[in-house]
Amino acid sequence: MEFIFYFGDVFTPINFGLLLIGTIGGLILGATPGLSPTMAVALLIPFTFQLEATQGLILLGAAYTSTVAGGAVSAILLKIPGAPANIATTLDGHTMAQNGQGTKALQLSFLSSAIGGIFGVMLLIFLTPVLAKWALAFGPSHLFWLAILGVTVIGTLDSKSVVKGLLSGCIGLWLATIGFDDIMGAQRFIFHDALGGGINIIAALIGLFAIPQVISMFAKGRQDEGAEVLEVQKHSILDAFRELLRFPRAMGIGMATGSIIGLIPGVGGQIAGLVAYDQTKKFSPDTEKFGKGHPEGVIAAEAANNAMVGPSLVPLLTLSIPGSPTAAVLLGGLLIHGIFPGSDLFDNHPDVAWTFINSMLIGQVLMCLFGLYVAGLAARVAQVPQSLMAAVVLGLAVFGSYSVQSSMGDVYVMAALGIMMYFLERFGFSAAPLVLGLILGPIAESNFIQGSMIANATDGMVPYFLTGGLNIFLIVVVVVSVAYSGWMELRSRRFVSKEELMV
Amino acid sequence: MSDISLPRLQHIVASALVALVGGWVTYLSYTQQPSEAFLFPRLISTVFLVLALWTFFKACLGWTKVGVGISGQAFLRMLPGLAIAVVYVFWAAKGLGFYTATAITFFILFSLYDPAPHNALRSWIKRIIGTAAFTAVMYALFAVLLKVYTPREIFF
Repeated sequence: MEFIFYFGDVFTPINFGLLLIGTIGGLILGATPGLSPTMAVALLIPFTFQLEATQGLILLGAAYTSTVAGGAVSAILLKIPGAPANIATTLDGHTMAQNGQGTKALQLSFLSSAIGGIFGVMLLIFLTPVLAKWALAFGPSHLFWLAILGVTVIGTLDSKSVVKGLLSGCIGLWLATIGFDDIMGAQRFIFHDALGGGINIIAALIGLFAIPQVISMFAKGRQDEGAEVLEVQKHSILDAFRELLRFPRAMGIGMATGSIIGLIPGVGGQIAGLVAYDQTKKFSPDTEKFGKGHPEGVIAAEAANNAMVGPSLVPLLTLSIPGSPTAAVLLGGLLIHGIFPGSDLFDNHPDVAWTFINSMLIGQVLMCLFGLYVAGLAARVAQVPQSLMAAVVLGLAVFGSYSVQSSMGDVYVMAALGIMMYFLERFGFSAAPLVLGLILGPIAESNFIQGSMIANATDGMVPYFLTGGLNIFLIVVVVVSVAYSGWMELRSRRFVSKEELMV
Repeated sequence: MSDISLPRLQHIVASALVALVGGWVTYLSYTQQPSEAFLFPRLISTVFLVLALWTFFKACLGWTKVGVGISGQAFLRMLPGLAIAVVYVFWAAKGLGFYTATAITFFILFSLYDPAPHNALRSWIKRIIGTAAFTAVMYALFAVLLKVYTPREIFF
C-alpha cells in the first residue's frame, strides 16, 4: 500500500499541469491517423530533458494512456483507427456513428477505456513491487537471458516473420555495440564521427518510429484523404454510464483479456482489442448484432486496449524488459534520467516510481473527462492533410533529436536509421524488436561480460549460463516463444494458401 | 532473370544488402582487436549472419511471404519528399540554420504534397501562414522553452 503515500505528489501544480498537458495533447495526437502512441511518446521525450524524472514520466505516461484512448475518436468518427490498438473499435464504433449514435459510442469508448485503464494500473500497482523483489534474485546470467528473452519475444510475436523479427532484434543488438566498449575502451564499428559516442537511444527512437511514418506519407503523394467526419448528436453521459452497466460481460472480458495480454511482452494493444472483441462476440447472446453498431463491441475493444497499458509496464518496471514498443520508449525516458528499472527503482526512487504510477491512475479519470470534450476537436485534427503532418513530424524529429545533446551527429543518426527502417519495414522487418535490441543490448552485453568473468573464475561458461533452474526456465521460454511463433506463422500461411487455392 | 517478378527481385536485393552488412559485421567482430571487446559482438553477429543468409536464400528461392516491397509509383511519389528531407537534415539545417531551413523545407513539403490546388491563391496563403505558424511554434518550444542552442542562422 506504499503507493498511497505518494498520491499527494501527483497534485502539485507542476505535476498536475503536466498530467493535464499530456492527457489533452495525447488525446489529440492519438486521434491523428499516422501518429502512433509510440511515435507520439518518442517525439515527446526531448521535452522532458528540462524536467525532473518524475515530471518527465508523468508527461510521457499521460501521453501513452491518452493516445491509446484518443485513437478511438478517429476510429469512431472517421473509420480510421488512430492507432493499431483501435482497429477493433472501428468495427462497431463507426457503425454506431453512422446510425446517429456517435456521441454515445464516444462516451462508451472513453468510459470503458477509463475503467479498463484503472483496472490495468491497479494490477501494475499490486504486481510490480512483488516482482521487483523477486528480481533481486537475478544474477548476471539471468539478466542476460532476460534481455535476450525481451528481444526474442518481441521479435517473434510482434513480427509477421519469425526470422525477420529475430534478424531485426540482432540488428538492434549490433547497433547497441557501436561506439566505445565500456570495459576495454576499444572502438567498435565507428565508421563515422557521428557514431563516436555510440548511437543515442532517444535520437534512434525518434528516427525509427517517426521517419518511416513521414516517408509513408510522402509515398501516398498528393492524395486528398477527405475522410468525412460524422456529425454527432447530444447524448446524456449518465445514459451512457447506464448503458455500460448493462454490459458487464463485455467490460469484464475486455479488462481480463487486456490485462493478460499486456503482461506478455510484445503482444500489444492491437491484439488485445481484437481478442477481446472476438471473445465478447462468442459469449454474447447478441452475436448477430456485432459489426452492425453494437455497444458491446466498442466496450470490449476499448476496455481491453486501455487495460493493457498498465500491465505492459510490469515487465518494464520490474525486469527492465519493455512489454510493448511504447514501453521501450518509456524505458529510454527513464534511462536518460539515470534511473534503472527493477528493485533499484522502488528501493532508491520510490517517489519517482509511485508518483508516476499514481499519475497514470489519475490520468485515466482525466482522460475520460476531457476525452468527451476534446473528441470534437480531435476529430477535426484527424482531418489535417498528410502533407502537413509529414512536414510537422519531420521538423519535430530534427529538432527533437538535436536537442538531446545539441549534436548534429544525433540528427544524422536519427535520419539514417529512420530511412533504413522505412525500407526494412517494406520488406517485412519490424521496428519494435530492433528498438528492443538497441535498448536491451547494453544490458545483455554488460551482464554477459560480468557472467563470463564469474564463469571463468568458477565452473566455466556452459554450467554458468546454461544450468540452474532460472536459467533453464528463461531459455525454455525463449525457445518456446520462437517455436510457437514459427508454428503459428506456418499455420497461418497454410491457411492463406488454402484460401488462395479456393479463390 | 526475366521471369523474376519485381517484388521478388526487390526482396533478393534487400536481403542481399542485409546479408552483406551481417557479413561485414561478423568479419569485423572476428578480426578486430582487442578480442575481449568483441566477445559479445561475435556472439550476436554470428546469429545475425546466419539469419541474414537464411533470409537471402529464402528470397532467392521465392519463399519470402512477408513484406510488400515498394511499387514504382510509390517510389516516384516519395522521391522528391525524401530528397528534400535528406538535403534538409544533412546540409540545410547546419548550413542555413535550423529555423531558416525548417521554414523553407516545411513550405516546400507542404506545397509539394498538399492536395489543395496549386493555382489557387487561397491555398498559397494557407501554406505561408502554416509555415510561419509552425516555425514560430518550434522557436517558442525549442529556443524559448527548452533553451536549445541551434547552429547560427544564415539570415539573422
